[in-house]
Amino acid sequence: MEFTEDQLQRYSRHIILPEVGGKGQKKILNAKVFIVGAGGLGCPVGYYLAAAGVGTIGMIDNDTVELSNLQRQIAHNTKKIGVHKVDSAKETFESLNPDVKVIGIKDRISKDNIKDLIKDYDIVVDGSDNFPTRYLVNDACVMLKKPLVSGAILRFEGQVTTILPGEGHCYRCLFEEMPPPGLVPSCQEAGVLGAITGVVGALQATEVLKLILGKGDILKNTLLIYDALKVNFRRVKVPKNSDCPVCSENPTITELQDYDAGYCRI
Amino acid sequence: MEDIKIDKKINIKGLICPYTFVKSKIAIEGMEVGEVLEILLDYEEASRSIPKSMEDHGHKVLKVEKINDTDWTIVVRKEKE
Repeated sequence: MEFTEDQLQRYSRHIILPEVGGKGQKKILNAKVFIVGAGGLGCPVGYYLAAAGVGTIGMIDNDTVELSNLQRQIAHNTKKIGVHKVDSAKETFESLNPDVKVIGIKDRISKDNIKDLIKDYDIVVDGSDNFPTRYLVNDACVMLKKPLVSGAILRFEGQVTTILPGEGHCYRCLFEEMPPPGLVPSCQEAGVLGAITGVVGALQATEVLKLILGKGDILKNTLLIYDALKVNFRRVKVPKNSDCPVCSENPTITELQDYDAGYCRI
Repeated sequence: MEDIKIDKKINIKGLICPYTFVKSKIAIEGMEVGEVLEILLDYEEASRSIPKSMEDHGHKVLKVEKINDTDWTIVVRKEKE
């Protein structure tokens, strides 16, 4: 268990926690976390995981930084407009902490690439902004038995849940099918208070770190809903659905589907 | 108390909080349950905070002694992983 002097200083406030210590910090340094999206949620999640010393962070996003992103996507900055988000985030996170290696993938996540992308990671974080991706990530994580920390934000509200395939609920136990296109507004249409993404992203990063450490309770079988206007956190029980189409004993979904059908890219 | 067998000694003179405890904790994490660590330090506040933190972490503080004008030794037995 060897730390450099710099590492002892950098992680001192972790190491002195009884739940972390040198051993826990080593687990964090050895962990591999894959983040879907380098936007509103991916930025704070990646930022805090990089600060914590998560050794390998994979990130996928096909977009470039736009001025309208900067109200909430804190890994990017005004000089990065036009740069790929994963390149911008990589520079930010690796300059925050040289112990961290960021593997950025400039692509869209799809049924054809997702299993290969996530198979070598310990934990997956969903920071995507659309339902087809959310269901794709859920189904792939269930099939590969990867822990998934899922987050969503809109207007003044955020949601977080942690999916442990085989142990607890999955996203389809909660919402079996995608809502029809157009029913749920995107944050392009409805807006989002930028700071909400920080609250939800920090909650997701905290779930990831507790999973790595094996400490505390996690949001298994639970959906946490944050209402910023009312300053209210609500925990909703989500039982595992014994008839779930993807995570039950006799699933009807056994292969990844074409999730984009009927959905426009948002 | 003269017959306490010391398994490991560390010298953290010159360090201040929280690095005094960071070094002490890393040292005790690398030891076996039942083994005894002796810490030599010269930061007065840590002569009080390290014993308290070690007890909070579930270890047994066997001795805290001011050995000269500037230095203290703290002797701790590891009680749990």
